Amino acid sequence: MSIHVFYIIMGLMTLSALWAVMARSLLRSALALACASALLSISMFVLGSPLAAVFELSVCAGLITVVFISTISLTQPMSWHETMQHVHDHLKKYWYLPVILLIGAIVLTTVKVTFNIKVPETNVPADVRDVLWHIRHLDVVGQVLILLVGSFGVSLFFKEKHKK
Amino acid sequence: MLSLFIILPLAITVIVNILPKKMVYPLIGAVVGMVALVQMAAVFLPVSQPLEIMRSLGELVRWDLAVDSLTLVMLLSIGVVVAVTVLAGTQLIKDKEQYFQFANLVLLTLTGMNGVVLVRDIFSLYVFLEITGVASFILIALQKDSDGLEGAFKYILFSAVATIFMLSAIGIFIMSAGGTSFGAIQAALQASSGNIMVLLAIAAFMTGLFMKSGLMPFHGWVPDAYEGAPAPVSVMLAGVVTKAVGVYTLLRVVYSVIGFTPQVKMILMGFGVISIVLGALAALGQTNLKRLLAYSSISQVGYIVLSFGCGTALGFAGALFHMFNHALFKSLLFVNSASIEKATGLKDMERMGGLGSKMPLTGLSAGIGALSTAGIPPFSGFWSKLVIVVALWQAGLPVYAVIAVLASVLTLAYMLMFQRKVFWGKTLEGFQQVREAGFGLMVPTIVLALAIVGLGIGFPLLFNTFMLPVDRLW
Repeated sequence: MSIHVFYIIMGLMTLSALWAVMARSLLRSALALACASALLSISMFVLGSPLAAVFELSVCAGLITVVFISTISLTQPMSWHETMQHVHDHLKKYWYLPVILLIGAIVLTTVKVTFNIKVPETNVPADVRDVLWHIRHLDVVGQVLILLVGSFGVSLFFKEKHKK
Repeated sequence: MLSLFIILPLAITVIVNILPKKMVYPLIGAVVGMVALVQMAAVFLPVSQPLEIMRSLGELVRWDLAVDSLTLVMLLSIGVVVAVTVLAGTQLIKDKEQYFQFANLVLLTLTGMNGVVLVRDIFSLYVFLEITGVASFILIALQKDSDGLEGAFKYILFSAVATIFMLSAIGIFIMSAGGTSFGAIQAALQASSGNIMVLLAIAAFMTGLFMKSGLMPFHGWVPDAYEGAPAPVSVMLAGVVTKAVGVYTLLRVVYSVIGFTPQVKMILMGFGVISIVLGALAALGQTNLKRLLAYSSISQVGYIVLSFGCGTALGFAGALFHMFNHALFKSLLFVNSASIEKATGLKDMERMGGLGSKMPLTGLSAGIGALSTAGIPPFSGFWSKLVIVVALWQAGLPVYAVIAVLASVLTLAYMLMFQRKVFWGKTLEGFQQVREAGFGLMVPTIVLALAIVGLGIGFPLLFNTFMLPVDRLW
């Protein structure tokens, strides 16, 4: 793939991320975030890491978006007046974000920075099963723990809502 | 075998959630307390001949875990504070279901902290830091009151920023080392010292850890989180969580990965001194007891970082000893604050007075905790501060040593202010019926106060057994 297509993907991803921060409704923010995540997955695939791309697409763009949208569906929508006020406040608060992004993009494309880090060869097996079950199994236990903690958090906060 | 420190609490969490609630609810506190006691016993009585089943289990799970004197002190501190927390919780959380959830989250926090202190792999370290962090957010917001939610939100916010810094740094570390073990990264950092990207990564990682440690000026979340959290959670947060995820990790990563360069020493000592002085000055201006203790914690963390930053074996030992002492005296003071809040319903010291005659045990133990914090002999805090000052002096840093001594005077000033406002003088109107808190708070109060006195008197025992072996690490 040509480098220009990659730049286009990165540009679209940045715009989606910006949209996620600036959008006037939570729902659009969640969708913009999913979009940014999907574009990140494509860039990972292009960079030769299909496994990371699949994880990013299924967990971040898929699962997390579902969780966000389910939560948003429990909230009350804002009135037109509140929405306009929110848009006004948002623009007032974050007007500098697009400016910073633009300046950053110009600087990064004009100034050539060389970091001079030699990435060493790794002996990591290509098979994900080997990586997860033989090399990083402590991290898999960590993921189980995070899921347990998360489920306690959800049951704690959502049960109260149910009682109300 | 070391994997049991992670597997046991995790397995217990799963088991208590499978068994019928009627059976588990009355026992959950005792079960978590037992896990903490087993952990303390394992530190003092390491098994030389493990059982066959344990050996088989150890062979099954080959995790990159290791133990040294720094780890042992942390495991002991975690055991002590978790036992105190769960006992205090019996008195302060009356709803059975909420206590069950609290106990489960304490178990998961314990697992996370044990992982943090045992792993020798930078990515696993990050995973366990997150486990501890997420469990702590939920614990802070456990009672869903506005103070708790605000404290948890600030903690999440600061923690997320710290995570971004640390994860970015880990990415660069892995990129330059091609592996995630501490050894591989240390070698890679040494090979590419002076590389701007690596220096940026080190700075980002340390900034993240300063945030998690609550060092000034990255302390914004500490007073609100400690104040807003339910009382037993404040005990655990101040006593050991912040120390494990922030201070311990800072010590471990500097010692095992980054190394003591003159710049790192300067940064550590600089932030240490700022925290000591500004934390103590901020504590002097507080009227809310829990906020005073929170600022006091920030100041004491400064002592630990300053001592470690001087870069000598004695400095490391002093930092380690003060970290253990801090777990004892700050847990005691937060248990005292919980007793006072339970008895009076107040946190504001301006509205208290003369409680010493109504709550003599709480008053006496709070006095012990306060004097130990200020470094007054014969309490344990005196010895750790003495070691810190001597280490600074021996390292040729007399100015830092003098600041450490003078800041102790400030500590004494705010601790005496706390004593005067809360316990001394005539009992105020409305406090005539006030009595000591119940068993769940009195037992940890007495045990912690005795530990501070005992450790002060038997100082050489613990110092020589646990702290000085850092000489071998050096």
